[in-house]
Amino acid sequence: MKLPTFRGGVHPPERKELAKDVALRILPLPEKVYVFLANHAGVPAKPVVGPGERVKTGQLIAQSNGFISANLHSPLTGEVKEIGKYYHPTLSKPDDAIVIERTSEDDWELLGPETSFEKLSPGEITERIKQAGIVGLGGAMFPTSVKLSPPKDKKIDLLVINGAECEPYLTIDYRYMLERANGVVRGTLAIMKALGVQRAVIGIEDNKPQAVAKMSEAVKGTGIEVRKLITKYPQGAEKQLIFALEKRVVPSGGLPLDVGVVVDNVGTAYAVYEAVEKGRPLIERGITVTGEGVKSPANFVVRIGTMAQELIAFAGGSDEETSKVIFGGPMMGMTVPKIDVPVVKGTSGITLMKDTLPEEEFPCIRCGNCTFVCPMGLQPFLLNLYGSARQYDIAVENGLMDCIECGSCSYICPARIELVKNFKLHKKIYRSLKGGAKK
Amino acid sequence: MKLTMTAAPHLRSGNSVRSIMLDVLIALTPAAIWAVVTFGIKALVLILVCTAGAEALDFFIIRFLRNKKSFRPDLSGSVTGLLLALNLSLAVEWWQALIGVFVSIAIAKAVFGGLGKNFFNPALVGRVFLLISFPVQMTSWFSPFDLQTSATPMAILKEGSSRIFSLQEMFLGTIPGSLGEISALLLLLGFGWLLLRRRVSPVIPVAYIGTVALMAAIFNGVNPAFGSPLYHILGGGLMLGALFMATDMVTSPMSIKGHLIFGVGCGVITMVIRFFGGYPEGVSFAILVMNAFVPLIDMVSKPKIFGKVKSNA
Repeated sequence: MKLPTFRGGVHPPERKELAKDVALRILPLPEKVYVFLANHAGVPAKPVVGPGERVKTGQLIAQSNGFISANLHSPLTGEVKEIGKYYHPTLSKPDDAIVIERTSEDDWELLGPETSFEKLSPGEITERIKQAGIVGLGGAMFPTSVKLSPPKDKKIDLLVINGAECEPYLTIDYRYMLERANGVVRGTLAIMKALGVQRAVIGIEDNKPQAVAKMSEAVKGTGIEVRKLITKYPQGAEKQLIFALEKRVVPSGGLPLDVGVVVDNVGTAYAVYEAVEKGRPLIERGITVTGEGVKSPANFVVRIGTMAQELIAFAGGSDEETSKVIFGGPMMGMTVPKIDVPVVKGTSGITLMKDTLPEEEFPCIRCGNCTFVCPMGLQPFLLNLYGSARQYDIAVENGLMDCIECGSCSYICPARIELVKNFKLHKKIYRSLKGGAKK
Repeated sequence: MKLTMTAAPHLRSGNSVRSIMLDVLIALTPAAIWAVVTFGIKALVLILVCTAGAEALDFFIIRFLRNKKSFRPDLSGSVTGLLLALNLSLAVEWWQALIGVFVSIAIAKAVFGGLGKNFFNPALVGRVFLLISFPVQMTSWFSPFDLQTSATPMAILKEGSSRIFSLQEMFLGTIPGSLGEISALLLLLGFGWLLLRRRVSPVIPVAYIGTVALMAAIFNGVNPAFGSPLYHILGGGLMLGALFMATDMVTSPMSIKGHLIFGVGCGVITMVIRFFGGYPEGVSFAILVMNAFVPLIDMVSKPKIFGKVKSNA
């Protein structure tokens, strides 16, 4: 049978073999962590601790500061040194971070006693997820509790757990599915209960047969479905994923909940399990450290706020010829100018690439490849034409705001035009012209 | 470790403008070699003069007139030059060919803004310019090997003649015609290379040739003097035009639906000219006319945006 997929997309080199067979390793506790107040999408959290204060592992250090915001907890037991400016990997500029220096091994302050989700009401589960500061670990860092509290008029009937991991190089979701399958399933069941849905589907690309097998085993008796998907980038983009699995089309400008679906990443499901059943707030996550630039690529379980430098050191150090350090994978990740940059809740990987010089850009030769690969059915060359001419309104009429920034167009373009880079800029300008969101 | 900051994606496909152009040149090579084999050394001179001349002129314009200091040749000039050469008759002199090169590169391409900006296929503009300027040389055709002046299959259809070419001769390429159009087999071989390398979609040629075949079948059914479908497909410049000129990325539409409209349009105009026009052959004009419609075709053949509801748009 033909596996489900979506229209368009590209096949970049996967390079998963670098790290896919390296088992998860829980790293020794770092001496210092740098926890950004902006560790999630939306409003930065408000600090509730100050310099000199002693904190326990898991203690609340900054509070959610709005509807779209999230709590922050101390990743270490130690002392708050300062709240200072450090380079933020996704904002790409210095931003406020709470710096905590470790004084001892973990002395936990849990959200509550160990329990099982069956004993909690849907409202209690959602509240626990909110307290735990859980955000989308796939990279978007959108507060999970907000997704679990849909407006009254939206009827949710399906939970999709995203195990596609379509981003090349990254293998952390894969390792979680292999090694922490039961936790992922418990988390999935907890989210199902919170949402009040009867169905959940875990979508996994067919380049991860072991993960498919392992998850299929783990879901036995739960009613959760595990479905294989064609390996194609960006299979894990939520609109594409929902279409591939269910043939539901998220309307332009809409969210998955408009078609009755909530999508959460595999890692997020695991974090939900830890919060709900173990009482642990989100203070650590899995990160793949990989790429041609690291000596021994690996998958680590890391405290939030650890410096990338330390992770790279645990992966055997970096090659002298490394020219790019990417937070995330090579398709959507962002480069950082130095390696002493702390990881955030959305950091799924650190990819070190040895790269050739930037390619020369040619004029568009109208080959149409960008149009053929765009998973959103856009005409990137046309958007670029209008956007570059500052005709933002016309670009938006042609779907600029529908762009999911997957980068397939830039990947395929023979003229090496920086299409998606331009679109991100054009979208930002358009939003600010309309007096909309900041960021 | 010296770190650079670049925009995502940090992986790029192996495609480049230069590699696409190189593949087109490779695809045209069998037909070019056949031209030299059948028509002799003068064919080689014309091919070299056009290809090298076009690349050099393109380079000169971009490097010195537009002052792009870092410019390295992208081979797009060579493609235009080679295509022009393959469209010429052996009767054309090398200096006449150079005039065609100048019109192609300097006027049809550079004046519009250079690579990617031109509306009309540069090689065809050059060819049509030569056809109007040097009608005698551009319409005197030689038969292969013996180099006797001879009427092409399409001219025979128009004017009538005792000599009738077999389909096999037309398919293999032992018929009179322009340097590159005579062997359907070798052109198909070259196009196969482009398909293999995923450089083109087959939609334009299929729609174009399909339309020609359909119209020929209908007219031929009414009156056998109009020529059979295969005669129309193999006898003139259709193969060269449909496979290599109509598929020019710059001057063709950008969606599959657009390709279909474009190909059908080319087919209809070609056949109208062949049946009712003053010229025996209509491929060049058909493609040029359809080139002019590309912006319109692009406008009506936009792909559907994922999740966009028509009534809201």
